[in-house]
Amino acid sequence: MIPGVSGSLVTQVFLLVATLLMLSAVAMFYRAITGPTTQDRVLAVNVLGTNTVIVLALLAEALGEPSLLDIALVYALLNFLMAVAISKFTVERGGVL
Amino acid sequence: MIETARTSATILLVLLGLFFTLVSTVGVLRLPDIYSRVHTASEADTLGAGFTLGGVALALGWSTTTLKTVLLLFFIFVTNPTAAHAISRAAHEDGIQPWTTDDDSTDRELYESARKQRGQERGPVTNPSAGSTRPAGNGDGPDPSADGGTRPAGNGGEPDPAGDGASRRAGDGDSGPADTGAGEER
Repeated sequence: MIPGVSGSLVTQVFLLVATLLMLSAVAMFYRAITGPTTQDRVLAVNVLGTNTVIVLALLAEALGEPSLLDIALVYALLNFLMAVAISKFTVERGGVL
Repeated sequence: MIETARTSATILLVLLGLFFTLVSTVGVLRLPDIYSRVHTASEADTLGAGFTLGGVALALGWSTTTLKTVLLLFFIFVTNPTAAHAISRAAHEDGIQPWTTDDDSTDRELYESARKQRGQERGPVTNPSAGSTRPAGNGDGPDPSADGGTRPAGNGGEPDPAGDGASRRAGDGDSGPADTGAGEER
């Protein structure tokens, strides 16, 4: 289906979807850079982290490396922790970021 | 036969997840203010992640890695709306007004007005220790409550805001009932 990529149909679709999700994650950098409020930036990085988790899960199946799922679990945990911690921290300090 | 059904269901789930994730991306890039962006990110992105991880779990079959994928799915279902709620609550406590349809101001103007209002409330404070710990307290929201109205006027007395800031910082340290009580009061 995709030239230059071997594997079954599911593998090729997974790799294609992972590529498009990475494009969506790169587009999220626009909001992370130009978002006027601090919360816009935190939200953009949070959505970007969720996209990364999905891409890691897709690659774990497409490349046949199940250890990527462990990385995805840790990444999701740190992503949630980052969002909550920065939200609480910036409010207490008056939005320093 | 059953293998064809599984393959097509996997591809359908992953493409649905891709669709909802792209909808979430367009929403975060295009919507007018922080609250609507948070709304998009918490719902469309969670749905997209759920569909995609469901497709991955279906493709993996019965194994321990499938268990990890389902665990990841439930974890994202719980934590993604929670993080979005924390972000929008932080925006509200920073005093950022929601965008309305009869309002011509952009998100940057709403942010600048919130910053200006915060600067005015922090302006007359001369004590740097009191200035770093939100001197207006809960009154920096859209409603100037009696708390925020009286606090900057009382900044002439040096030890009073300093002591209040210390007690507020101590109360926020344990994230205790003082914080939630103030939230319900508002």
